[in-house]
Amino acid sequence: MARVTLDRVHKVYPNGFEAVRPTSFQIEDGEFLVLVGPSGCGKSTLLRMIAGLEDITGGTLTIDGREVNSVGPADRDIAMVFQNYALYPHMTVRRNIAYGLANRGTPRDRIAAKVEEAARMLNLTDHLDRKPAQLSGGQRQRVAMGRAIVRDPALFLFDEPLSNLDAKLRNQMRIEIKALQRRLGVTSIYVTHDQVEAMTMADRIIVLNGGVIEQIGTPAEIYHSPASTFVASFMGAPPMNLIEAAFETGAVRLPDGTAVMDAPGGRSGPITLGIRPEDVRLGRGSATFDVALVEELGAHRLLHGKLSGQPFTAHALKESDATTGSHRIDLPFEALALFDRETGMRL
Amino acid sequence: MKRAGFDNPWLPILLLLPQLSIICLFFYWPAWQALRSSFFLEDPFGFGETFVGLQNYTRLWDSPQYMKNAWFTLWFSFLVTFFSLAIALLLAVKADTVLRGARTYRTLLMWVYAVAPPVAGFIALILFNQRWGPLTEAFAQFGWLLRVRLEYFDTAFAMIVASVWKQVPVNFIFFLSGLQSIPRAVREAALIDNRSGISRFWTVTFPLLAPTGFFLLIINITYSLFDTFGMIDTILRNNPGDQPVTLVYQVYLDGFRGQDIGGSSAQSVVLMVLVLALTVFQFRLVERRIHYT
Amino acid sequence: MAELSHTILLPPEQARAARPVAPARRHRRPLRWGAVGNHAVLIAGALFMLAPLLMLVQMSTIPDAQIMRTGPSFEIGDRFWPNLEKALTESMSFSGETTGLNMFRNSMILGLGFALGKIVISMMAAYAIVYFRLRFATLAFWLIFTTLLLPLEVRIVPSYEITQKLGLLNSWTGLIVPLIASATATFFFRQFFMSVPEELLEAAKIDGAGPVKFFIDILVPLSRTMIAAMFIIMFVFGWNQYLWPVMVSTEEGKFTLVQGIKQITQGLEGGHIPEYGRSNILAILAVLPPVLVVVFFQRWFVKGLTESDK
Ligand SMILES: Nc1ncnc2c1ncn2[C@@H]1O[C@H](COP(=O)(O)OP(=O)(O)OP(=O)(O)O)[C@@H](O)[C@H]1O
Ligand SMILES: [Mg+2]
Repeated sequence: MARVTLDRVHKVYPNGFEAVRPTSFQIEDGEFLVLVGPSGCGKSTLLRMIAGLEDITGGTLTIDGREVNSVGPADRDIAMVFQNYALYPHMTVRRNIAYGLANRGTPRDRIAAKVEEAARMLNLTDHLDRKPAQLSGGQRQRVAMGRAIVRDPALFLFDEPLSNLDAKLRNQMRIEIKALQRRLGVTSIYVTHDQVEAMTMADRIIVLNGGVIEQIGTPAEIYHSPASTFVASFMGAPPMNLIEAAFETGAVRLPDGTAVMDAPGGRSGPITLGIRPEDVRLGRGSATFDVALVEELGAHRLLHGKLSGQPFTAHALKESDATTGSHRIDLPFEALALFDRETGMRL
Repeated sequence: MKRAGFDNPWLPILLLLPQLSIICLFFYWPAWQALRSSFFLEDPFGFGETFVGLQNYTRLWDSPQYMKNAWFTLWFSFLVTFFSLAIALLLAVKADTVLRGARTYRTLLMWVYAVAPPVAGFIALILFNQRWGPLTEAFAQFGWLLRVRLEYFDTAFAMIVASVWKQVPVNFIFFLSGLQSIPRAVREAALIDNRSGISRFWTVTFPLLAPTGFFLLIINITYSLFDTFGMIDTILRNNPGDQPVTLVYQVYLDGFRGQDIGGSSAQSVVLMVLVLALTVFQFRLVERRIHYT
Repeated sequence: MAELSHTILLPPEQARAARPVAPARRHRRPLRWGAVGNHAVLIAGALFMLAPLLMLVQMSTIPDAQIMRTGPSFEIGDRFWPNLEKALTESMSFSGETTGLNMFRNSMILGLGFALGKIVISMMAAYAIVYFRLRFATLAFWLIFTTLLLPLEVRIVPSYEITQKLGLLNSWTGLIVPLIASATATFFFRQFFMSVPEELLEAAKIDGAGPVKFFIDILVPLSRTMIAAMFIIMFVFGWNQYLWPVMVSTEEGKFTLVQGIKQITQGLEGGHIPEYGRSNILAILAVLPPVLVVVFFQRWFVKGLTESDK
């Protein structure tokens, strides 16, 4: 168990590309931190720097108060689960799990006991003498987990460990990993580009974009008060509606002139208005939503169409609301998020 | 290189040392020697040498013997390449079609790969024996009295037959694997689009095999230039007289037997340039093909 | 070249299993004849390949005097075993050292020594190039891979002179080491190592494996089939060497079988009755080991050949 601190850590690849701009944050003991962001934003780079697989160009990385910038990966007391699992194909499951312990000179009987224990925890006992090629995707994933947990590391690192599994298995493994982490209480950093994984597993989420942290917060904070239009549009499915509006004559108005709220402090100029589809109230209100398409999702429906000429989506809980054509809607004041049009930052 | 490669400073050097020292000693040094001595004339008794510029090269150009062998090498390479590719392609296409005994045919058609060139020459000597060689007798039926090792043309003929025999298996293996890597869906689509098997071959299969063919073209030319040495030496029984020899054989004759170091070095350099040109040509083709796919 | 190997790469068994059972079969008549034709072509091809070897065997079973008169025939005689014994134990020359057995042993040393040496040295070099951060990696790469461009034959005379200067004529080192001075196997292993997933190295690093441990515990076991394929090709290549042994090994005690072919053919010219029986058996002996290796390890061999692009 450990507390990890990054102090202005950044990464420039040998070809001159700056994959991670100077970044600082702290991960508390036993915390489950999720790094999320679009492809190529530097999640893996950041994680691999923490693992010691990638040199740190600048800044300091400390694990439990010890600076580890130049400590090798084997000596950082970490374990890592890779996207393609990286199991040793020629070794049995047993040897795969034991390899790290054996290299550390752990006594034989102790290795055997630890492997058995990990296998029991992960339901792998019957498969210990198979080779990875003879296992299903989910089982391989579990072997990779087993390899990580036998060592009792201070820190777990996961790089998209579930993205090679089908949807159903992914849900199941997601719950298993989370439960395991809870039970062991090991500090974990988990990289994913799947926002459902991020929301459900994290104690805290870091949203990364273009090598820069957009927001750090609990899943609820990230969801309900996104710090930028990027976070707003990245988290949630369907994402938050973002429509162009402006401060005009003491109110926030849509391009067609509809006033949606009073302007605080008499400001003026263009802004971006955000609202989650489920916060839109149908049936009454001042704005007109032209619905072009209804998507039936079973539990609820999604209405797609235009609000004041801009694409817009709303939830409809009642079946009677789910019709195409014009709807009157209300955008409740407390659910609205206002962003600077230029910078995308929350106002 | 791997992104998380090891940082150990001396281990890689230690690992590279054997290979690097061997190639420096037995590749770069001799190659440099060949290049250097091609501009010198060496005293036959080993006392000193004189710089003669390009004279060794012009000597080659002016030598009717060398030019004759150059022409022979050209024709020889062309014919060996053409016939061994054609026969191998035919056999590969057939072996790829038959369902019964495919494995047996494959084995029977490829084992000759492992036969050493001098043994191929030895077999040719028996087949073309003056008195009772089976092939001599067969051609005599058509009124052609083969006199291998006596008649220039007949010797060349025996050499070509032996080289083709020896080279068909390699081409066969590559063509067959090329054929087997054509996706099943493509074959099925062609089967639906085109009723005629022959036209299907020329419009679908053959173009898809073209990359393999280009690659083999280079392999075969290199083979006929270099790897036929043992076969030729055996057929000529170490005693070429006025019979045809390839340029590599000529290098050996002049440099090793005749002790004309300058001349044979110049010949080596000519061959080096030839091989380099072939390699560059090959890389260009490969690049072009990456472009296509 | 990497590209090449991928286009040519075959999974033979798989491809065959996946092949549709030619739908054209439904039209019965034309295809039947087509199949007969296919088999006829293949049988002719197989005979073209096989007949010369059968001829060698046949000739070794009948008395030399008869061969001298009539040449090869379809008759099987009883001289095979005596000829075999003679070939194995009687020397072809005065020195008494060019017996079949002795030359067989020398061929084995050359074939195995070359294959082993080449594989060990190439794997080490390829490992250094692929798995280490090396300042002069690019230079080493070019130094090594330029050797792919020029075969030994074009620099044969200076190579001989250098071997002579180093006093290595008629030694196993002088015979084997210069033959290793080309990068075919290194190139091949490099290709293979590059295709090994990056994460395997990273996982091993986290598991505490150093460069030596990673090589022995993980990379070598992973390369097993590749090593086998390389070994077959290199063994055949080494065993079949002719020009270099002829130049470097002039002591009869060092003659290989393939090199001995020269002596054999010269022996056929002499004034006595040419010893066809014994010569043919020596020739068969010279082709048998590589042929057996290629036939029995066909799958590995074909894989190695087509993937390495030679
Ligand atoms: N070795 C390298 N040299 C140069 N640039 C690199 C290197 N590795 C990664 N990059 C670049 O750095 C950026 C971040 O890469 P990284 O692998 O961290 O992305 P990621 O967020 O993990 O993406 P994904 O979700 O696709 O895995 C990318 O733009 C990538 O192209
Ligand atoms: Mg990544």
